[in-house]
Amino acid sequence: MNIGQHISQEYNDELEDLRNRVLSMGRLVDQQFSDASQALLKGKIDLAQKVAKLDYKVNAMEVAIDEECAQIIARRQPAAIDLRNLFTVIKVVTDLERIGDESEKIARFASELSTDTKSMNFYKSLKHMVSIAKAMLADSLDCYARLDSQKALEISRMDAELDAEFENLNRLLSTYLLEDTKNIESTLKVTWCARAIERVGDHAKNICEYVVYVVHGRDIRHIDDKSSQDDT
Amino acid sequence: MNNNDIELNQQLGKTVGNPLVDGIPRMSCQSVDVFYNQDLQAIFNVSVDLAKNQILAMIGPSGCGKSTLLRCLNRMNDTIDGCIVTGKIYLDNEDIYTSNIDPVLLRAKVGMVFQKPNPFPKSIYDNVAYGPRLHGLMTNNSELDDIVEESLTKAGLWKETKDRLNKPGTGLSGGQQQRLCIARTIAVKPEVILMDEPTSALDPIATATIEELMYELKSSYTIAVVTHSMQQAARISDRCAYFHLGRLVEVNDTNIVFTNPEHGLTENYITGRFG
Ligand SMILES: Nc1ncnc2c1ncn2[C@@H]1O[C@H](COP(=O)(O)OP(=O)(O)OP(=O)(O)O)[C@@H](O)[C@H]1O
Ligand SMILES: [Mg+2]
Repeated sequence: MNIGQHISQEYNDELEDLRNRVLSMGRLVDQQFSDASQALLKGKIDLAQKVAKLDYKVNAMEVAIDEECAQIIARRQPAAIDLRNLFTVIKVVTDLERIGDESEKIARFASELSTDTKSMNFYKSLKHMVSIAKAMLADSLDCYARLDSQKALEISRMDAELDAEFENLNRLLSTYLLEDTKNIESTLKVTWCARAIERVGDHAKNICEYVVYVVHGRDIRHIDDKSSQDDT
Repeated sequence: MNNNDIELNQQLGKTVGNPLVDGIPRMSCQSVDVFYNQDLQAIFNVSVDLAKNQILAMIGPSGCGKSTLLRCLNRMNDTIDGCIVTGKIYLDNEDIYTSNIDPVLLRAKVGMVFQKPNPFPKSIYDNVAYGPRLHGLMTNNSELDDIVEESLTKAGLWKETKDRLNKPGTGLSGGQQQRLCIARTIAVKPEVILMDEPTSALDPIATATIEELMYELKSSYTIAVVTHSMQQAARISDRCAYFHLGRLVEVNDTNIVFTNPEHGLTENYITGRFG
């Protein structure tokens, strides 16, 4: 089922426009996260500043998209797939906006950590987390663009890998905290960055779950992976 | 059955969703076919239950057979020349098409409200009193007064009409006339009320009043309503049935039909897509 094909071409255009806006917001947020992680991993402060600037744009897009959704709901009274689609747009932009916020957080810590050589010790692990989260985000946006619910389920599962890496890093960081009390502050900053990256993965996973909802009309949030696979 | 029909039956398959209800239904259609003459079949193999104290909305494109099926439920089709109904229709487990059923009594139990309000050219009082008099539902005039008052009150029309009961029913506004017809229908204490596009000629406020009335009535009656308004079906019905070219494509809880219908044809129709 396609989001177009309404008898009203104007309605089709409205929905197409909405979809394009969500996708461009997705691209912006993807850029934000990518810049923030580069800033963190390579100490590029100029990128960190760019992330903060983009945030205004992302917030404005969220507001505009929400408003357009409200107008379409009021004027078109969507049902079935159209209702699920709009409902999902509203949810997706919330998650995108949060990813933007997490990226901003990472960028801020990146600036602060850029002069700190101690924190280098954790970069391998952070880099691994970033690469999983980046793949999840890019794939989830792709899934949303193509309404590919099969792929969405696969991406959902990548989240477990990210969570595991986060756990590993946390264990490592706790030992450091105990052993190296002089560097508590920067160690904590690394923890917060790791936490932010892990959250990006959660938001990407949410987006995938909404895709399954649009396509199948079923809410798979809060069901463990196995049972959700069994009945789709 | 010609080739077109066979192809169509394959495309439409059997009704999806949940045609049956839990427990004993108030009414039940089983494999109903309706023909207007030898070669015009209007309803094909429709099976569906009407649950007690629920509203069933019947939706679908013009000419798909909604009114035809609705009329089967109180044998209004008997009055149409050449119309043949086959299959079984039950009211409280009793086959309404057997010879020992009196259609006039049946229509008191299964009342009908039409798209265009059709008050008799009589006083408001006599419009409502007509049925109870016909069926001898009262023993004296004060009992009849009570029935008239109660019916008009239930139909939400008492306050507006109590001081003009002897004025003609045709002098009321469209929305008031429709409520008068509803009062007339419930005056004979039916079990089921059939409504064929009851608000299509009314403004939003009058429509809301009738919808509110239907909501109140369903605690005592079972209601089937044909409507062309998707929003109305979504607002008022417990279950919703989608008809297409004489077939019952899908019937299910209204919540399901309007958020996640099973059949593509249902989805196309309720979302305004090309079928
Ligand atoms: N009295 C009749 N004689 C012959 N054919 C009829 C008669 N009444 C209805 N039909 C035919 O039966 C089919 C179903 O008609 P019906 O009135 O039940 O449709 P409907 O779904 O109620 O449409 P609408 O939404 O326009 O009221 C149509 O093809 C119609 O032409
Ligand atoms: Mg009709």
